[in-house]
Amino acid sequence: MYDFNYHKPGSLADAASAIAGAEDGKLVAGGMTLIPTMKQRLAAPSDVVDLGGIGDLVGITVGGGTVTIGAMTTHGAVAASADVKGAIPALAELADNIGDPQVRNRGTIGGSIANNDPAADYPAALVALGATVVTNKRELSAEDFFTGLFDTALDEDEIISSIKFPVPEKAAYVKFANPASRYAMVGVFVAKGSDGVRVAVTGAGDDGVFRVTEMESALAGNFSPDAVSGISVSPDGLNSDIHASAEYRAHLISVMAKRAVAAAG
Amino acid sequence: MSETGIGASVKRLEDYRFLTGRGTYTDDINQPGQTHAYILRSPHAHATINSIDTSAAAAAPGVVAIFTGADMEVGSLPCGWQIHNKDGSPMAEPGHPPLAQGKVRHVGDQVAVVIAETLAQARSAAELIEVDYSELPAVVDMNKALAGGTLVHDDVADNLCYDWELGDEGEVDKAIAGAHHVTEIDIVNNRLIPNAMEPRAAIGSFDRATGEYTLYTTSQNPHVIRLLMGAFVLQIPEHKLRIVAPDVGGGFGSKIYHYAEEAIVTWAAPKVGRPIKWTADRSESFITDAHGRDHITNVKLALDESGKFLALKVNTKANMGAYLSTFATCVPTYLYATLLAGVYTTPVIYAGVKAIFTNTTPVDAYRGAGRPEASYLIERVVDRAAREMGIPQDEIRRKNFIPRDAFPYQTPVALEYDSGDYEATLNSAMKNADVDGFAARKAASEAKGKLRGLGYSTYVEACGIAPSAVVGSLGARAGLFESANVRVNPTGSVTIFTGSHSHGQGHETTFAQLVSETLGLPLDQVEISHGDTNKVAFGMGTYGSRSLAVGGEAMMKAMNKIIDKSKKIAAHVLEAAEADIEFKDGKFTVAGTDKEMTFGEVALTAYVPHNFPHDTLEPGLEEQAFYDPMNFTYPGGCHIVEVEVDPDTGVVKVDRVTASDDVGRVINPMIVAGQTHGGLAQGIGQALLEGCIYDDNGQLLTGSYMDYTMPRADDLPNFSTSNEVTLCAHNSLGVKGVGETGAIGSPPAVINAIVDALSGLGVTDISMPATPQKVWQAIQGAKAAAE
Repeated sequence: MYDFNYHKPGSLADAASAIAGAEDGKLVAGGMTLIPTMKQRLAAPSDVVDLGGIGDLVGITVGGGTVTIGAMTTHGAVAASADVKGAIPALAELADNIGDPQVRNRGTIGGSIANNDPAADYPAALVALGATVVTNKRELSAEDFFTGLFDTALDEDEIISSIKFPVPEKAAYVKFANPASRYAMVGVFVAKGSDGVRVAVTGAGDDGVFRVTEMESALAGNFSPDAVSGISVSPDGLNSDIHASAEYRAHLISVMAKRAVAAAG
Repeated sequence: MSETGIGASVKRLEDYRFLTGRGTYTDDINQPGQTHAYILRSPHAHATINSIDTSAAAAAPGVVAIFTGADMEVGSLPCGWQIHNKDGSPMAEPGHPPLAQGKVRHVGDQVAVVIAETLAQARSAAELIEVDYSELPAVVDMNKALAGGTLVHDDVADNLCYDWELGDEGEVDKAIAGAHHVTEIDIVNNRLIPNAMEPRAAIGSFDRATGEYTLYTTSQNPHVIRLLMGAFVLQIPEHKLRIVAPDVGGGFGSKIYHYAEEAIVTWAAPKVGRPIKWTADRSESFITDAHGRDHITNVKLALDESGKFLALKVNTKANMGAYLSTFATCVPTYLYATLLAGVYTTPVIYAGVKAIFTNTTPVDAYRGAGRPEASYLIERVVDRAAREMGIPQDEIRRKNFIPRDAFPYQTPVALEYDSGDYEATLNSAMKNADVDGFAARKAASEAKGKLRGLGYSTYVEACGIAPSAVVGSLGARAGLFESANVRVNPTGSVTIFTGSHSHGQGHETTFAQLVSETLGLPLDQVEISHGDTNKVAFGMGTYGSRSLAVGGEAMMKAMNKIIDKSKKIAAHVLEAAEADIEFKDGKFTVAGTDKEMTFGEVALTAYVPHNFPHDTLEPGLEEQAFYDPMNFTYPGGCHIVEVEVDPDTGVVKVDRVTASDDVGRVINPMIVAGQTHGGLAQGIGQALLEGCIYDDNGQLLTGSYMDYTMPRADDLPNFSTSNEVTLCAHNSLGVKGVGETGAIGSPPAVINAIVDALSGLGVTDISMPATPQKVWQAIQGAKAAAE
């Protein structure tokens, strides 16, 4: 790890000015990606702005058909939250299967989506549930937020404060884990809400999370596993690596979608 | 049976130290004035080094010294076993410099060492070293390597290290030509990365006052390192070179070998005048710890109409990597081809083995070393032959087993098995695996849309390595005996100095049980000392499941000398004839009288010899013994694995694992079970999960846990393990060895189970590791073929 300046602001405004004032600054939330990358000398920020001192960014509230999760809320807290379990059990279960206990107790929802790792779980949940990302500057729909591989619509000095999830009628997430890393090799989040059915896929696309509209239309008319079992996904645009070819990933999307619909009930 | 003697499940005496984080590993040791080394490694698989400019790095903060190959002109890292080609000529043995001399041959090859006040400073300075490389084409695939063109070593034609054979090819071909049935398979034994929990580390220092070098290192055999590094690489005499291998966190073979970093820190220590520590990070472990396996093989098994084996023919290509690691050359020859009879009476066997250089990390012994490769191909081809001929899997094995009354049994491939009962382990495994209930379980799986399969493996291995006369005649440049020193302290406690090395095996417990049993002492009166060449007289170390069968026998021999000497002392004190002294339960008695001395009283007398007769009785009570085994030992057994395959995803769930092993006499059943569990986990890891993959440029694609799949607890079911015992016929304890059986026996059982599960679809083969993608592709391929 190279030397860097460390900042631990107490407010979102101070954090924004610290990152704006840094030559090549990085925000750190749980640090589950940034810290290992820095230790391997693959990242060398001049300044690290730690969001861990901003109490306002932590917490879960439910009301008006919406679950609001502070950006610095850990996966462990989401998984354990009675509110989340009651309103969107699929989201609590997703959080409960991210990484291992150490990661879940350090990693945060804001850090995860800001990094937009194509194999992360949360992006599928945000897109399928039609979530809204709230920052210190604006509100963005999940689909506008995720712009590509490790890329988001966030400005350099823009900081996520919370994520708002509309409570769906039913939802489920099923992932096929990479055998080695246990990240999602294919993760499918299916949600049926007031404005229809959404099917979002993580882990498979070479441009990050994406929706499978053909499955969404089929499920809108008939929300049952059979509705998606005949729908195959094209391998074009899917990742191919030593663990899974694009064809295998395409196949797994159909299988996981079917299982997610069954799990959503 | 005593509660602390042979056969008792004593909890490991090491547990408190290890489970509470109180072990002392090499990296835990810090010496006054210590500096830190960072090794600059090649990013290329194959390149010429045109120049190295260290000037900017040398001026960086904290840098103490920088050395390159031009500075370090020392001996080559040696290979310990010379193999001869078919024509009698010796193998190609290119040099292996600790720091590259003008050329790098695999990603991770050592180019320079930066020594600095801190590791971070050393690492930062290393980034300032400018190395001008001319990249060369890399050769990774063994078949391409054999075709020549790109040469890893300019003077090794076609990258062929040796072309070796065992057996009469003409006779085997004749038997195959006349056979009723021949089963042929092409088999890949996948390359594995060892992944010991503790990365390798080394601290070199030099004492100018005494002229003594000291190396702390993560080794399974410190005396062997002293010999190899002292005599061959650095020319330091043994009496001026101390090697300490303190607590070591796992080895699995990868810490047998003498590595460049050990020589580098030892060589550089007097040059910088301060101790130098080097510790691998995990990424370095992936690219520099010797890898395991990596064979491609064609096997033919000839059978008569009843299913009796007539002949076996094997042609194997074995990857050596870029350089010859210490014992690399004996793995695909004498630890492999000599096991090709397996547990069967196959009358004629031929093995041809080509060892090949490639631009990859060196390959050497890894848990099982040669024997897993042998058992895998035998059990795969037997399974296939049974399917082709419609013979039940247990029946084809029983029909060909070496019968229990046929021992000692001379195989056609050089070894003489001393004991075994393969029917007994097959029967107990079938019972424990509830083979009778398999059909019902298969039907239940099918009702859920899953495919269930059951696979057998009946195996034998050769361990207790090894009789020096035998291995010497086969090219080993070392004897493979072991030493033990038993020191009885004046108040009756005992310290054993053993040349075996414990790095997770629980020796401190098992060996203490031998002492407790033999000398009648409680365990807290026994200390097992190992790992320091200044304490232990000599040792060949721990590998090849040899510690109990060879090291333990040396201890028994030394303890018997202690008992003999004690009887002399007791006879003198009790004024009786030596022949009348009996030793039992820690007491020396005069036969037929009530005169007795405890072991402790004898010990005290030995060191307070106020009236010893000068000419017939020496003071003191300490004995040394060397033990050289008469033969290898031959553990064997039966593993039965049951899997459930999800045809929608290709995921294989290992549902049942049953191991019935004959490891000879069991000293500590709990430790034996633990060793079996670990071996099974590694065997299942090889079969389902672990696969080392290089791209065509020689870059390691599986260089971290993001891509290299280690077995985890949730990949494994509860294991059923049990032991059937036939005693080793040529050692006093009757012990055989358990360190490797799990990894040797289980991989073919897993793969045979998957093939069984998929056989209804027409799948006949699946290669290791049987990843979900591979299984799914096999199912798709079979479905397409059926259409």
